[in-house]
Amino acid sequence: MLLAIDTSTGTSVAVVDRDAASGELRSLAETGTVDTMRHAEVVGGFIRDALASAGVRASDLSGVAAGMGPGPFTGLRVGIAAAHAFALGIAKPFVPVVSHDAIAWSWYRDGGGGALQVVTDARRREFAISEYDRLDGDGLPVRTDGPRLVPRDDVPGARGIRLDSAVVPAAAIGMLAELAYATGRLPLADDAPLYLRAPDVTPSAGKRVLR
Amino acid sequence: MNRDAPLVLGIETSCDETGVGVVRGTELLANVIASSMEEHARYGGVVPEVAARAHLEALGPTLASALAEADIELADVDAIAVTNGPGLAGALMVGVGAAKALAVALDRPLYAVNHLVGHVGADLLDHEAPLETPTVALLVSGGHTSLLLVRDLVSDVELLGETIDDAAGEAFDKVARLLGLPYPGGPEIDRVAIGGDPNAIRFPRGLTQPKDLAAHRYDFSFSGLKTAVARWVEQREAAGEPIPLADVAASFREAVVDVLVGKAVAACTDLGVPRLLLGGGVVANARLREVAEERAAAAGIALRIPPFSLCTDNGAMIAELGAQLIMAGHPPSSIDFGADSTLPVTDIQA
Ligand SMILES: [Zn+2]
Repeated sequence: MLLAIDTSTGTSVAVVDRDAASGELRSLAETGTVDTMRHAEVVGGFIRDALASAGVRASDLSGVAAGMGPGPFTGLRVGIAAAHAFALGIAKPFVPVVSHDAIAWSWYRDGGGGALQVVTDARRREFAISEYDRLDGDGLPVRTDGPRLVPRDDVPGARGIRLDSAVVPAAAIGMLAELAYATGRLPLADDAPLYLRAPDVTPSAGKRVLR
Repeated sequence: MNRDAPLVLGIETSCDETGVGVVRGTELLANVIASSMEEHARYGGVVPEVAARAHLEALGPTLASALAEADIELADVDAIAVTNGPGLAGALMVGVGAAKALAVALDRPLYAVNHLVGHVGADLLDHEAPLETPTVALLVSGGHTSLLLVRDLVSDVELLGETIDDAAGEAFDKVARLLGLPYPGGPEIDRVAIGGDPNAIRFPRGLTQPKDLAAHRYDFSFSGLKTAVARWVEQREAAGEPIPLADVAASFREAVVDVLVGKAVAACTDLGVPRLLLGGGVVANARLREVAEERAAAAGIALRIPPFSLCTDNGAMIAELGAQLIMAGHPPSSIDFGADSTLPVTDIQA
């Protein structure tokens, strides 16, 4: 059973489980908001609420999965920091997942087929895109390109379906992580945020408190 | 929970230091700091996005080292404390997100506290004599220059004044840069000021003229000073004369220290508060400590300066402010607070 957190768009938190006998993946609770400005405010309450609504204690979990992006940095970091800290708190593994992979996995699971292009907002007139072919034998999405940044008005033509997504459901992050664990395919991603862009280097004006 | 001497873990990520500290009551058990200063050096100042990225990388390892240093496990902790402002928004959010998740994972109360008041709280750690209030506090770093009146650490702190432009530490960085010295500027200015005459050049003291004092009695301004140093150096260069680096550095530093200590001592005298506390990274400056000691003694003011490792931004001071709030019976913060980059000093706890 995993806690899953994604803040690559809004904030999404879920508790998921995989039935050992049937292999069925289940979302026990999922809560979230599409608000892209309040990750730090809501993340703690969402974790608490998701656990409560799933009827699960922190110590029941076997790990914490997190969407590593791509996504706007400030918000993205909040979810990763929270997932890391929670994993340390319960002394269980941290499982990084590429957020686009979860979008693609959901699409194929729900019946989609053929080539897929996942597109999310990267701000500054850019999109983040990833290309997929299919689900492999273990049921994991096969990413053929990306994630990478492209100008909004210069997105390469999709070979199959183009899927623009404004949300990344944490339940999909968690279920993909469960599946990878069950099929011995961990790690799915590096434990590093997918910033895809170098930091701006304008030094801070300091943290002066203005009255 | 042990309310007499709570075991508190403090997380601080407001600027470029990732700090995790552990205290038990007023006893310091661990104070671990990871700094991203070297990454900022090539930009000549703290770059917010670079700082925030570094916090995310450093937080886990810093937390692990703090627990090892304190020789405790997370399960032993009574409460978590975290800085929720003021500071760099993106940097603060890393600590806030982590602290909230940790509090839920451990099912422990969470205290969101003010960074500036935390600097004052640092003085309570491992100190024989308790902090006497009211006290005036002068907090000086690369990020802030604030003069506070602390009537009660957990319930009554007033902002007397602050910088209206650059922080004092920033002034050191900028002047160091124009003198061709590397970042951070404070230690570099100190190094080249050795043997220099602090009275060689009379650089301006910002906001000390009678016309300024009416509206800015306890405020600071260092941008004019920086400009004055630049002009002075330019004129010398234009005239083809050598720059007496030691004299320029010593005179600049004297102007900064003179204003900082002058206003702090004036506040003590005006308000009838014979106690002054120093905090912030600029306390590392030996000349600041020396002048503060001289003038405080002359004015009959008791001066307190925490050890340097507790003056720079750190998690132990945040843990200690959390512990003080618990010992005073304050309830924990609600889980939905945010990071506030301009958090007023009167908001001691969220
Ligand atoms: Zn500070």
